[in-house]
Amino acid sequence: MKFGILVNEGPYTHQAADTAYQFTKAALEKGHEIYRIFFYHSGVNNGTRFTSPPQDDRDLVQNWSRLAEEHNVDLVVCVAAAQRRGIIDKDEANRHGKDCDNLAPGFRISGLGQLIEAAIESDRIMVFGD
Amino acid sequence: MSEEMYDEDEYQGTVKKLMYVNRKAPYGTIYALESLEVVLIGAAFDQDVSLVFMDDGVYQLKKGQDTKATEMKNFSPTYRALEMYDVEKLFVSEESMTDRGLTVDDLVVPVEVLDSSQMTDLMEEQDVILTF
Repeated sequence: MKFGILVNEGPYTHQAADTAYQFTKAALEKGHEIYRIFFYHSGVNNGTRFTSPPQDDRDLVQNWSRLAEEHNVDLVVCVAAAQRRGIIDKDEANRHGKDCDNLAPGFRISGLGQLIEAAIESDRIMVFGD
Repeated sequence: MSEEMYDEDEYQGTVKKLMYVNRKAPYGTIYALESLEVVLIGAAFDQDVSLVFMDDGVYQLKKGQDTKATEMKNFSPTYRALEMYDVEKLFVSEESMTDRGLTVDDLVVPVEVLDSSQMTDLMEEQDVILTF
């Protein structure tokens, strides 16, 4: 089955992000396809490489990046939600005159159309959040 | 409110039944506002869209919202603009309305009121359900 994933909550505040990650990993292990993972609302905070969790805790951002690298999963952060919350890539940093960028490896910033496209193209969309 | 254009030509022919379920109060959290942004962008894709308002989500449609003192943007007028985006199927949960002492006269847009079994049937018909 081809899954689209919507992550609506940030890491460490809400278990939704962990559950989405575990689901994605399990689906890939079972041979399913992940069409795209879209990060919305505070879910965009899954995409900041500035996250530094304690060493004895899971590193969710790094886990996402590894997933992208190993399984070529498309990790998309919503541009509007990201701008509100300070998640920016190099282009956005230049455009808004910020002194650095923080988008984690394997993520890309794009528009809400990417979510709708995932909803249309996937066999099933899974929403992780409240 | 929309901030981007999208190439809709690519999706000619693929029309899914797409439902947005709004369950949160309009202020207090950003879910309602950002959900509305998805609906507006999604309208460019010409899908068969339904909007459901249930639980505290019914408050999103409440008339007379005044956000001045909280410095929040009052986005309730945008629901009245949905018609221009061809988003015309709006449903509210009868139970959620009754629990909160609301009637359709309290809302900024015309809606269809569904009881829980009608709501279940409608959800059953959908290809995609996005919950906010």
